[in-house]
Amino acid sequence: MTCTEFLSFLDDLIDDTVAAPIRADIEAHMKKCGHCEVIFNTTRKTVEIYRSNEIYDLPSDLRERLHTAIMVRCRNGC
Amino acid sequence: MSTIQSIAGENEQHPDVALVERVRGGDVSAYDTLVRKYERQIFRIAQHITQNREDAEDVMQDAFLKAYEKLDQFQGNSKFYTWLVRIAVNESLMRLRKRRTGRMVSIDEDLETDEGSVPRDLADWAPDPEQNYNQSELAEILRKTIQGLPQGFRVVFALRDVEGLSTEETAETLGLSIPAVKSRLLRARLQLRERLSRYFRNKTGAPISAASGVEK
Repeated sequence: MTCTEFLSFLDDLIDDTVAAPIRADIEAHMKKCGHCEVIFNTTRKTVEIYRSNEIYDLPSDLRERLHTAIMVRCRNGC
Repeated sequence: MSTIQSIAGENEQHPDVALVERVRGGDVSAYDTLVRKYERQIFRIAQHITQNREDAEDVMQDAFLKAYEKLDQFQGNSKFYTWLVRIAVNESLMRLRKRRTGRMVSIDEDLETDEGSVPRDLADWAPDPEQNYNQSELAEILRKTIQGLPQGFRVVFALRDVEGLSTEETAETLGLSIPAVKSRLLRARLQLRERLSRYFRNKTGAPISAASGVEK
């Protein structure tokens, strides 16, 4: 497997949707290619960090105000 | 009114389906439950697209009001959540258009078209790079980093990786083909990875573990 071929499987690898035979090829490639191992580890970490950190928080007081405004208009027929 | 079909099979009904049916029957409190369930996600999506807090607040309100008004048009062949997200994406793009005095805005804006190549000049990250920053510093880094992505990549990443939509749902929501979503997701992930490396790379400069050559 080449690095370009590895890259084409990167998303499936991160999403854990790679079929077993291909996974074996990918893992064999990563064992001998430090670059691709780093790409995989750091890209997977990138996704995890964005999933686990709230970057656009909606404070509870603002959420309540918006929520109330929405529901008042819905009850009045918008 | 049309009957909503179960999206989870004959015997398994998504809980939102029952709530939507109650709203259609005149029970506004059921809509209150749906709003509470999804308001944070809709706000985040609007913020990702508009990049503006006031606009995101307006989009969130408008999206829920529009969904309420148009609930009869919801066919139930998609999840209520993805239907709502589609409304929020459209409202967000309309808001951007208003800000830009009527110029058309699409999710393809500013999109680079060159094909991805194997990244070079790689450095591994510290074992737990998040530990080097407190929560607000980390959130600021993540915001700045994702704001630098082209909109067409940023929206795909936000829907697929942050909000957890499937590739198919993301494609349907944005009116893109599945290959286009996959291509944009890969580019988004790689660009974010590269940008975050400026903050997270292993400062000891430890070499990567195995052979360093890149096989094209």
